[in-house]
Amino acid sequence: MAMKVYGDEMSASVARVLLCLHEKNTEFELVPVNLFACHHKLPSFLSMNPFGQVPALQDDDLTLFESRAITAYIAEKHRDKGTDLTRHENSKEAAIVKLWSEVEAHHFNPAIFAVIHQLIVVPLQGESPDAAIVEKNLEKLGKVLDVYEERLGKTKYLAGDTYTLADLHHVPYTYYFMKTSHAGLINDRPNVKAWWEDLCSRPAFLKVSPGLTVTPTTN
Amino acid sequence: MVVKVYGQIKAANPQRVLLCFLEKDIEFEVIHVDLDKLEQKKPQHLLRQPFGQVPAIEDGYLKLFESRAIARYYATKYADQGTDLLGKTLEERAIVDQWVEVENNYFYAVALPLVMNVVFKPKSGKPCDVALVEELKVKFDKVLDVYENRLATNRYLGGDEFTLADLSHMPGMRYIMNETSLSGLVTSRENLNRWWNEISARPAWKKLMELAAY
Repeated sequence: MAMKVYGDEMSASVARVLLCLHEKNTEFELVPVNLFACHHKLPSFLSMNPFGQVPALQDDDLTLFESRAITAYIAEKHRDKGTDLTRHENSKEAAIVKLWSEVEAHHFNPAIFAVIHQLIVVPLQGESPDAAIVEKNLEKLGKVLDVYEERLGKTKYLAGDTYTLADLHHVPYTYYFMKTSHAGLINDRPNVKAWWEDLCSRPAFLKVSPGLTVTPTTN
Repeated sequence: MVVKVYGQIKAANPQRVLLCFLEKDIEFEVIHVDLDKLEQKKPQHLLRQPFGQVPAIEDGYLKLFESRAIARYYATKYADQGTDLLGKTLEERAIVDQWVEVENNYFYAVALPLVMNVVFKPKSGKPCDVALVEELKVKFDKVLDVYENRLATNRYLGGDEFTLADLSHMPGMRYIMNETSLSGLVTSRENLNRWWNEISARPAWKKLMELAAY
């Protein structure tokens, strides 16, 4: 039976999982969850994710939430097909993949999420973006990208010479970020820019990006 | 070979790694990085950890940073030694992963700014953001409700056994329980209280507390 992903294609966290499924050529069924109608806060969804957020995954009798735990599970279950997203055959290389996945989760995501939240989500709720929050987090993001610029001067991808989950996890929010007027943070850093353009050329990305439909305000 | 851990025994993120080593009987050596003197921001440490944080490890030619990645590597490398921190089947390991993600995205995301405002800012003479603390307490309360529910039907966060999912929380939990006035949020919840009492009675945790000498 195909895995079921509960969520909406426009959600960056859902897109993370969909990218992984496409990289692994794995069949799945996307079960829509209407975020605007707050269906992810209903008891039927909370029974899958008590934190009331998308995505959730069902694979036979296993239910999972947290997009990065889901991608790790899919990458491991289907380790022998599609793209090698975890470098599982070499434990040290696998550790480096985990390391840069942690960097995305702890350093990159909080800053970029705060910017996207102000420029995309807050206007959808009828409020104005908080310019101070945007500015503070753009500065933080710039510092993280400085580290990436240096790293990507030495390796083609974050964890080494091949594309892995460490790169994949960055894709959805970066895609949204590039739609804002702050895309220069990426484009002005040659190694980061080249890395981003490479990530956008992947077939899995071309299947998932059409679903990332929300647009930011022009701030 | 003895693993070198760059950090401080009293600091939360290095403790995640040291606790993993103590649970797995892995020999280590702590090389002190003076956080009060901002040694972690100096060029020599930045070579080990480009974000200027602790911990970082050196094990022969392997160099790693990010405490949860380090813990996971050693839990995998020494899967058959000491406590099994990962889970046995792929599905069990996925559930452990899930709750380590929860620790990062929900628990740590709220506990860190709480502890920064309530513990660290007063120590360094900076003003505490009172409005933020009130907002964070409300969020923390809701997060702990989810944990209470989870621990009503599971002995540990990952299921029947102690794993990285529980271990990851322990350094942050210590701050909440011992250095803030927020311990009531835990002690008033029957299952959460039971869980914390059980995991903080583990020999590895007690050994870590001895080493930290608070």
